[in-house]
Amino acid sequence: MKKGLYISGLLILSIFLLAACSSVNKAQAPDTPYQEATQSKSNKIVLTISAAASLKDALEVIQKQYEQEHPEVTLRFNFGASGSLQQQITQGAPVDLFFSAAEDKFDLLVVEGTILVEDSIDLLSNELVLIVPKKSDIISSSTDLSTASYDHIAIGTPETVPAGKYAKAALERMGIWSIIESKIVFAKDVRQVLSYVETGNVEAGIVYKTDALISDKVEITQAVDKSMHEPIIYPVGIVKSSKYYDQAKDFYHYLQLENTLKVFDEYGFNIR
Amino acid sequence: MNMDLILDKDFVDAFFSPIWISLKVACIAGIVVIIIGTLSGKILARKTFKGKVILETFLMLPMVLPPTVIGFFLIVIFGKNSFIGQAIEWLFKQPIIFTWWAAVIASIIVAFPLMYQSAKSGFLGVSLDVEEAARVDGANERHVFLFISIPLAKKALISGSILSIARALGEFGATLMFAGNIPGVTQTIPTAIYIAIDSGHMQMAWLWVISIVIISFFMLYLVRHKQE
Repeated sequence: MKKGLYISGLLILSIFLLAACSSVNKAQAPDTPYQEATQSKSNKIVLTISAAASLKDALEVIQKQYEQEHPEVTLRFNFGASGSLQQQITQGAPVDLFFSAAEDKFDLLVVEGTILVEDSIDLLSNELVLIVPKKSDIISSSTDLSTASYDHIAIGTPETVPAGKYAKAALERMGIWSIIESKIVFAKDVRQVLSYVETGNVEAGIVYKTDALISDKVEITQAVDKSMHEPIIYPVGIVKSSKYYDQAKDFYHYLQLENTLKVFDEYGFNIR
Repeated sequence: MNMDLILDKDFVDAFFSPIWISLKVACIAGIVVIIIGTLSGKILARKTFKGKVILETFLMLPMVLPPTVIGFFLIVIFGKNSFIGQAIEWLFKQPIIFTWWAAVIASIIVAFPLMYQSAKSGFLGVSLDVEEAARVDGANERHVFLFISIPLAKKALISGSILSIARALGEFGATLMFAGNIPGVTQTIPTAIYIAIDSGHMQMAWLWVISIVIISFFMLYLVRHKQE
């Protein structure tokens, strides 16, 4: 029995490895995306766009539209945290456009001269919302935060998570930070705040509106008053060293068209 | 899950692309690490020289440092502003960052210490007398290495190999930084899971989690079996 399992394990592993190795040698398997990417290099223009992870769904819709209208261009997205994306660009990664979820990270590149001011725009903005688990009635507005009896509220770690930084600023402005500070749970990113609320491990959380919309297990009780924190801005810009500057500029303008902005609007972003 | 989803071509492509890329990267990185790790394990096992501790500490660093830091080092070392980066760009007409070779390099660096340590302890366990006996019988160093040392250190070498491949398969931080997270080009299973969870596509995330668990299960099972 043991031997049988061992042999079958060995077999499956070797099949996996063989398949993996042979797929490397297979010169042109037309349906693997990597080959597509290299093939297209010769006759197609490939634009690389580094974008914040939170923009993924909206950008993939826009990608389909744009590639249909511009068959000569392929869009390649590199999704990550704005800070890492900025560092990659600073170190010379071959990126054509940068779509950031953090204004300060974007500005570092503008100051460096990697992105020109005239090639950049504050395209989108986001807002903070107070969320609670579905069917929970302990907290229904921000005034309940200081009066209701509950154990925990989650926000992003202010030092590293922009949403957490804004949430902290808003709570301070509202004058309730010091009252509820002992109840605050700091999460490593917005997604973690969402998971805490979804699973009911905290009674409330503060996240971006776009994040709250992707989960059907949380409820938005109230938008946080915009005057309580600095504006949350998503700038986009063309990287100066782009090989396909003209095509990048075309896509940059496309992003600002009304039809495109409608897509962002559908995913909960506000248009600047 | 409904059948439409399984048969949908876009879905199938999106699902299998990170798996192929991961296996491809883990496979090549694994082979390189096994060869370099075995050789350096053999060379350094019994040699003593000044600065050996420093060299070994340096080789072990990838185990200690957070992978994101390694990723940062890699984009600096291979970036446009460094000599190595410029040399590579001149040679291949394109920078290495954001290619799947970058993922291979990241995996090699993080997996190497596992192979090196296993190989070293394996070779240390081989009796000097046996190797000496082979030499007396006329074997040269290459023969001793291939036909005496390697077979006797087999167990350690196999565990080291499988651990390294598993580590390469699960590599996340350095890959995300150095190779990026480009679907269809450099997106591996771990980076695909990260982005799927981050954007709320839990079904995709779970499918990838299940596939990487299955792959890892068999690898680690092999190690355990060998050690028994």
